[in-house]
Amino acid sequence: MPVHTPSPLRRLDPVALRDEFPILAERIHGHRLVYLDNANTTQKPRSVIEAESSYYAHDNANIHRSTHLLSERATKAYEGARARVAALIHAPDPHQVIFTRGCTEGINLVAQSWGRANLGPGDEVLVTWMEHHSNIVPWQIVCAQTGAVLKVVPFDDTGTLDLDAFDRLLGERTRFVSLIHVSNALGTINPVKDLIARAHARGVPVLVDGAQAVPHMPVDVVDLDCDFYAFSAHKMYGPTGIGALYGRRELLDAMPPWQGGGDMIASVTFEQTTYNVVPYKFEAGTPNIAGVVAFGAAVDFLRQFDLDEVAAHEADLLRYATDRLSTVGGVRVIGTARDKAGLVSFVLDGVHPHDIGTILDREGVAVRTGQHCAQPVMDRFGVPATVRASFAIYNTRDEVDALVSALTVVREVFG
Amino acid sequence: MSDLRDLYQEVILDHNKRPRNFGVLTPADHHVDGHNPLCGDRLTVYLRLEGDRIADVSFVGTGCAISKASASMMTDSVKGRTVAEADALFTSFHDMITAPPDAAAAAAATLGKLAVFSGVSEYPTRVKCATLAWHTLQAALHASADTVSTESGD
Repeated sequence: MPVHTPSPLRRLDPVALRDEFPILAERIHGHRLVYLDNANTTQKPRSVIEAESSYYAHDNANIHRSTHLLSERATKAYEGARARVAALIHAPDPHQVIFTRGCTEGINLVAQSWGRANLGPGDEVLVTWMEHHSNIVPWQIVCAQTGAVLKVVPFDDTGTLDLDAFDRLLGERTRFVSLIHVSNALGTINPVKDLIARAHARGVPVLVDGAQAVPHMPVDVVDLDCDFYAFSAHKMYGPTGIGALYGRRELLDAMPPWQGGGDMIASVTFEQTTYNVVPYKFEAGTPNIAGVVAFGAAVDFLRQFDLDEVAAHEADLLRYATDRLSTVGGVRVIGTARDKAGLVSFVLDGVHPHDIGTILDREGVAVRTGQHCAQPVMDRFGVPATVRASFAIYNTRDEVDALVSALTVVREVFG
Repeated sequence: MSDLRDLYQEVILDHNKRPRNFGVLTPADHHVDGHNPLCGDRLTVYLRLEGDRIADVSFVGTGCAISKASASMMTDSVKGRTVAEADALFTSFHDMITAPPDAAAAAAATLGKLAVFSGVSEYPTRVKCATLAWHTLQAALHASADTVSTESGD
């Protein structure tokens, strides 16, 4: 099912674009909504919301099973979305894309399927100090199950990964590397292509957690040469509870299933069951069909734009926000790597992030406060939590100004 | 701004800046760690009992203004009280910030200085901040746990 790049690409106009996101018209405590919590989840354009409701209104049936027309339409919509997702990340074949509940489930799938089949006592799994908990805990679980050991690559005071340490830790016993592409807590863009090449030089496969990358920059899994790439729909303008895992064909073929059920089998008898082919082997049970259809619509939304232009727009907001925040007394930015995506994590002298979050909310500004599911990162910087403003395609410089002005209210309250 | 003052009252800001009974208590009969993993708040409550009376109580830790001020004012208000009285205070405190308005107002009326936290009821996401120290104290009083987490049930 070929999916062509939409052409010509649509020029990015963040202000005009906002009309396509119904929620951006909400009033919050009497203020216009300034939504800067996009690394947590993005808002949804009307096309995505309508794709989901239209599926239920017109096409709903179970997939891959029945002979009636609705089942055929549902299957076509579901597989069509798979082809769109594959095209977005330049996967050679849609069958290398497995639908999951989200990035977290994709990582757990690899840990439980590839990990349990291939890890043994003393083997090492290498992650970085800036992983989201979802790329730490699944590996801790499989290490406990297999006797493998988790090794951690540190980063420096700017939040830049220590590449020498990566080389040192990539050793004789390293069997797997799992890396975050863009840090959700710091914004750091890791040089994953280079790191993958270093791991491959030692024959070690690599998973990339791309949850914070896919919506914000072009991602090409063939160019990266990664073995697995996991991401979530809801961080890229799609629905919650759905995501995708890309895998290298020969690895996926060799991996055992991790959940059993309908649709993942070729034949079942009480004596012997044979499994379906990839990706169906990994999609047991009736999936979130409407979610997948809406995921496809989110991909269509994103692919209207030149993703380099999207990245440049968000980089502009990052620069502007970093400059403006430096004018607010007592602000310290956490994460100052040279290569950063459009998010800024910071602390304010003498005021806990949680209090800042409450006060900003009263001013209509939605940010994330807390540990960002990255407690080791907080511990590394010696802060209990940070405030994080994260940008998306529809954000504007005005909204950065609203953030900075709301921070003056924090100062008024706390003196 | 004005409704923010209902939450961040001067008394709360003062206890945040200058927490009372802040430090390790020696000797202590019990100490329990309280943790809110969602926002990273951590505190330890120290306790010395004489019979069923709270002879001394202190805390250390980091947290938001609400959790720190709540811990500070809690230690002030339970010192010298019996375990049963401290339990009753916690019940009223909890009711004040989580119960329907009438019951909350009735609870607030019994709480004296602690009534400054009544504004928390308007901020459901902050209830855990205000009650973390209290849950931790409960565990210390009843020796029911060594650590308390806001995410293991209320």
